[in-house]
Amino acid sequence: MYDAGKVVIGLAIFACIFLFPFLYNHGSAAPQPKPSLDTPAIKALPQKKCVEDTKFMITTHMQFLNDWRDQALRDGNRWYVNKEGKKVWISLQNTCLKCHSNKKEFCDKCHNYAGVDPYCWDCHYDPNGSKL
Amino acid sequence: MIEKALKGSSVYWGWIIFLLCIIGAGFMAYLYQLKVGLGITGMSRDISWGVYIAQFTYFVGVAAGGVMVVIPKYLHHYSKYAKIVVFGEFLAIAAVVMCLLFIIVDIGQPMRMLNVLLHPTPHSMLFYDMIVLNGYLLLNIICGYNTLLADKKGVPCPGWVKPFIYISIPWAISIHTVTAFLYAGLPGRHFWLTAIMAPRFLASAFAAGPALLIMILLFVRRVTKFDPGMDAIQTLAKTVCYAMITNLFFMGCEFFTAYYSQIPGHMHTLDYLFRGLHGYGELVPFMRAAIVIGLFGVFLLLVPPIRRNTKWLAVAAASVFVATWIDKGVGLVIGGFIPNPFETITEYHPTLPEITIATAIWGVGALIVTVLYKVAISVREQQAA
Amino acid sequence: MSMDRRKFLKAAGLTTLVGLGGKGVFELLRPGTVEAEMNHEGHGKEAHGEKDAGSKIRWAMLIDVMALNKEKIEKIVHTCHHIHNVPNWGDPKNEIKWIWEDEYEHVFPDSYNEYNDILNGMPFLLMCNHCDNPPCVRVCPVQATFRRPDGIVAQDYHRCIGCRFCMAACPYGSRSFNWLDPRVHLEQEIAQGRKLNKRFPTRMRGVVEKCNFCVERLAEGKQPGCVEVAPDVMFFGNLADPNSNVRKILKERISLRRKLELGTKPSVFYLI
Repeated sequence: MYDAGKVVIGLAIFACIFLFPFLYNHGSAAPQPKPSLDTPAIKALPQKKCVEDTKFMITTHMQFLNDWRDQALRDGNRWYVNKEGKKVWISLQNTCLKCHSNKKEFCDKCHNYAGVDPYCWDCHYDPNGSKL
Repeated sequence: MIEKALKGSSVYWGWIIFLLCIIGAGFMAYLYQLKVGLGITGMSRDISWGVYIAQFTYFVGVAAGGVMVVIPKYLHHYSKYAKIVVFGEFLAIAAVVMCLLFIIVDIGQPMRMLNVLLHPTPHSMLFYDMIVLNGYLLLNIICGYNTLLADKKGVPCPGWVKPFIYISIPWAISIHTVTAFLYAGLPGRHFWLTAIMAPRFLASAFAAGPALLIMILLFVRRVTKFDPGMDAIQTLAKTVCYAMITNLFFMGCEFFTAYYSQIPGHMHTLDYLFRGLHGYGELVPFMRAAIVIGLFGVFLLLVPPIRRNTKWLAVAAASVFVATWIDKGVGLVIGGFIPNPFETITEYHPTLPEITIATAIWGVGALIVTVLYKVAISVREQQAA
Repeated sequence: MSMDRRKFLKAAGLTTLVGLGGKGVFELLRPGTVEAEMNHEGHGKEAHGEKDAGSKIRWAMLIDVMALNKEKIEKIVHTCHHIHNVPNWGDPKNEIKWIWEDEYEHVFPDSYNEYNDILNGMPFLLMCNHCDNPPCVRVCPVQATFRRPDGIVAQDYHRCIGCRFCMAACPYGSRSFNWLDPRVHLEQEIAQGRKLNKRFPTRMRGVVEKCNFCVERLAEGKQPGCVEVAPDVMFFGNLADPNSNVRKILKERISLRRKLELGTKPSVFYLI
């Protein structure tokens, strides 16, 4: 092998840089967040249930909201009929956030934990908050 | 083959570092633009396209101009172009990359760029522009790289490359036609709404592209051991001459239609660009200069003894390049927005960050040309030795 | 962005199967049919008089310019820009306008008549014309702007890539681009006492926006905001229905539409 020394040193440097984030954060895992459902609107509900069941909402809310977006904006269809046949007005700001009036504790907590930055909030905002 | 770009004189490396500095400065300015928005440019509600799109348009032309070397070589077997055809293709690669970069820096949400593929829209000319530009880049990489590789090995170009070379000819026409269609199909922008937009784009492209190639080849001839051949350069000069005359003729046609018909909408932008309109006329000196410089370039190219003089040839090529640049890379796009739909006038002043970003893209183009030409010249020098 | 990527891969696979284009090719052959076939229940049933399936809707706006005055113009513009959280940049370079005022000779530059003292200098209200044959929709490379079956030319801010092709294509100067972050300015305005409409989102930097004929209000069965605050100036209704309010008025009054020679067929009429 030509320049074996240089190659090995190069590989070692690469390995160090590559592994650094793993080694640096080892053992310091952040606790999994629990989104808060503690809002007046949710407390007042007779049955604590979102437009669909909780498991579905947790796993699929991103696609679900994307579909809502396209239905409302592109197809002009503002009514969603859920699995139980109940009609819901399609609106992030005026439906979702009416119950989940605690965007910081409900939305942001998990999103920050997962390191995702959904572009919803570039335009939509929490109507209950004081800041945009 | 590409490793040949890694061995060069200190001047070569100095030039590379200089280009990298320009690119770095532009990159910083672009980060600033990404953070703050396109508001850092001189564009406005009225002049909604500026330097970026104007430069994009111009360099689509430069890219298409490469075909003026490909056609004689491959359709007419003009053997004097055999050694330089790869330079035309490599110039096209650099120009197309510049075009793509100019589009990227111009759009407000670059992260969503792939929406163009996600929601393909065949009634939008930009959709076709994306296809033809990327296709042309690919074609030139395939053709340029393989012909040079074959030259290096001293074997004829492999047969499978030939179809790509033939496809690249109409494809070159298509890139500039589609770019013209971006403008020529818009109602209410009288200056752009003209059927000779695409022909005129092609004429100016076939002048500007080869003119730039002449300048670079004359430079190459001086500083390297590779001689592209004065005959080839002279033929290229004749191409530039005919194309530039055609371009000026088309421009004259535009003037005739506007001023003989006396329809205000058709005259307004030309008034603004060449005479001043309602007291506004910042571009007037530039546009008039473009005409004078263009005619001067044509004159130099038309007179055989002058054209054969290397120094005057360089001046002529530079004149044509500058004249077409002012006409297409400044006046055409900005002029289309003046006057605005309310027949009022907003002028356009590019800002420093905007110019820094545009310069950086020129730098990227220069860097690609430098590196690719270094490779090609090294191969040619090897052949000569 | 993760959903976008997933969706992209899905669509990329599909388009490879169908050949370039899928729905897009279909759109080219028969423009508008795809959108028309989409499910379209629920919006503005009341507003357009209980139209059943099969009947056509084409929303139109009538502006009685003879009834306009400075005070009403200000009220209309303010209401619209408040409802839609349009920032007031106050400089022509960055400004965003959904509805605004200009004089006759700028609104109808091609039919300016220097001897017409009645119309020259008269204030008009300008907005998106919601054309029947909109050039902006034709040029948009991502269908971020599209024509709904009811004639509204809508803008999808989620999809817009900010290429501004639509601004070059619009012959009416109806479109504005967010050159800077609108929220930064809105926050300054809020600090100075501006109220937000908390039922409506803002926009983001780098997308194009314009009048949307108040689709969000039509969906709730309400009239557009400008009509609500100036019912004696602005009239909104279904142009496709021969018995609608707008058709009745158009029968009686002389009306103008901007730049008809371009074939865009505007849905905004000026009553004189």
